[in-house]
Amino acid sequence: MTTSAPSKNYADDVSLLVVTLDTNPFFWSSFPFHFSEFLSQVLAFLNSILLLGQLNQVVVIATGCNSCSYVYDSASDKNHASTNGTMPAIYSNLLHNLDEFVAKDQQLTTPHHKPGTIPSSLLSGALSMALCYIQRAFRSGPMHPQPRILCLQGSTDGPEQYVAIMNAIFSAQRSVVPVDSCFIGSNNSAFLQQASYITGGIYYRPPQMEGLFQYLSTVFATDLHSREFLRLPKSLGVDFRASCFCHKQTIDMGYVCSVCLSIFCEHHDKCSTCRL
Amino acid sequence: MNNIAGKPLNGDLEDDDEDEANDDGLEAWERAYTEDRSWESLQEDESGLLRPIDTTAIHHAQYRRRLRALASNAATARIQKGLIRYLYIVVDLSKAASERDFRPSRMAVIAKQVELFIREFFDQNPLSHVGLVTTKDGVANCLTDLGGSPESHIKALMGKLECSGDASLQNALELVHSNLNQIPSYGHREVLILYSALSTCDPGDLMETIQKCKKSKIRCSVIGLAAEMFICKHLCQETGGTYSVALDESHFKELILEHSPPPPAIAEYATANLIKMGFPQRAAEGSVAICTCHEEAKTGGGYTCPRCKVRVCELPTECRVCGLTLISSPHLARSYHHLFPIVPFAEISPSSQNDPNHSFPNTCFGCQQSLLSQGFGAGNKAELSVSCPKCKQQFCLDCDMYIHESLHNCPGCESFRHSKSVTIAQ
Repeated sequence: MTTSAPSKNYADDVSLLVVTLDTNPFFWSSFPFHFSEFLSQVLAFLNSILLLGQLNQVVVIATGCNSCSYVYDSASDKNHASTNGTMPAIYSNLLHNLDEFVAKDQQLTTPHHKPGTIPSSLLSGALSMALCYIQRAFRSGPMHPQPRILCLQGSTDGPEQYVAIMNAIFSAQRSVVPVDSCFIGSNNSAFLQQASYITGGIYYRPPQMEGLFQYLSTVFATDLHSREFLRLPKSLGVDFRASCFCHKQTIDMGYVCSVCLSIFCEHHDKCSTCRL
Repeated sequence: MNNIAGKPLNGDLEDDDEDEANDDGLEAWERAYTEDRSWESLQEDESGLLRPIDTTAIHHAQYRRRLRALASNAATARIQKGLIRYLYIVVDLSKAASERDFRPSRMAVIAKQVELFIREFFDQNPLSHVGLVTTKDGVANCLTDLGGSPESHIKALMGKLECSGDASLQNALELVHSNLNQIPSYGHREVLILYSALSTCDPGDLMETIQKCKKSKIRCSVIGLAAEMFICKHLCQETGGTYSVALDESHFKELILEHSPPPPAIAEYATANLIKMGFPQRAAEGSVAICTCHEEAKTGGGYTCPRCKVRVCELPTECRVCGLTLISSPHLARSYHHLFPIVPFAEISPSSQNDPNHSFPNTCFGCQQSLLSQGFGAGNKAELSVSCPKCKQQFCLDCDMYIHESLHNCPGCESFRHSKSVTIAQ
């Protein structure tokens, strides 16, 4: 039994932006750009989204190394302005929740990862939570905002999350929710490139981190309808080749088991995964 | 004045005789009161106000029951599923398909639902093939061959919707049997028959044909639109398929969409093989090549077969020159959720939630919706919610349905690193 895509009764130009924010401490400690400067640019960007339209909504999910959690929801009634009025409500709430989240995430860290490698952040969890929230928005009434997801990611892809991320991508494709990615790490992220290609979003790596706000506001701030009128970064060469299960190398011709769909580069008599 | 209402619609009096005799003399608006009875869908609530019946609670209860039935069969073992399927859809275009008991007619409903089914089928089984067969005037014709592109099947079906004559079950099965004998041995052979007639006009012994299909390991399923027939039930029991009869349009849609996820595979039915497949790269923008599907020169985005280097326009497909199956890794990934299903969530009754000894969160973990019921005078009563047995996070019923039907990831298990118990590094 499948759920059909919800009927598209969009209120004009109203967007719901769900942002997944990478807070992986292992990544940020080795990255030349400081997390606090990154965060100040992102906060300015989120504020500008809320200023573009009175009905726009922003939800922020923090993607940590051991857990994920909601840190900000502009539509919730729990937002209070800071007590001494020095910051807008969005800043104080988000920073407060983010502080709590990072402290809790740190407590959950166990020294199990291999030294020399940076553990990945839990992008699959954040995407799943974002999609559940967007489904709730679809149920909210006859006219609902146009949802999209923006992934601010720097950590490398964790191969153990491949199946979960692909499931999330296909579900986003069926519900017509574009997944944009702003990737700040060193090498391109294959998962996010595939996500943006399949769902019709934008994948972009900002060349200079000092101008991050500029890139965010020109590429990722526009709503979906207005994107038709803009020249946005084109996706270059998404690599759809598979990797073989035995050597983990990308191959362009291989053997696929008809029962369990494992991919091998050489022909075997028996599939080693399902032993059939 | 009443003759318009009294005239039978189809011209055959035998079927509508009883109805017409009783409603003779009624206008169309009067018949709506006797047939539709729209007042029955209203209910009084506590304060005496009228409101429509709350179907969401009934919907959730049905969904939970269905999930429990599936889970009890599956237990904890992972069932092997037939992922590479070769399915023939047999559409009955006999005179009975033009009946109007399904609005606007059985044929129109079948055509619309088959279109939806084909799209859903290729979404869930990207490596599979579908073919269409129609039966009318006592013969069966192959409308489209087994192919992997949904558009060609849908276009062919929409062009040929005239109904006449009798349906022939044996001819349809013979045709399907001869076609399915040519497919490779690792594929699962299936037939889905959408039968609206109450009889079959056959040239020989239908039981022999059924035994032939059973020997060739073809799994036949039937969805009836009229009434239950013994021969269909016998066919499905012999070959291991499912037989169901649709009550109305929405039930028919439910029944046909139940056939889109892969059925449990009987191990002897298809041999396990390693199939050679290619993973083409996308051609560079601006390159010019003659594509093999349309046979004209095209620029830019297309794929290059890794074995013979010709250009194809879309995936998944079979290279026309060298016969290599070409797919991309997302197509394989679409089927992974059949191999790694998530466990059904356990229900939490509202009474145990009000227990002061346990602390339950007030919001759903996935969508942050409040789990306390909203309503006048409801106070802080908790509603029915579910929780994942692995990560123990609580979810609302809507998230439960979305997660199990579309997302196939538990957000709780994915959001906590050390609760992962399933890895794909197998």
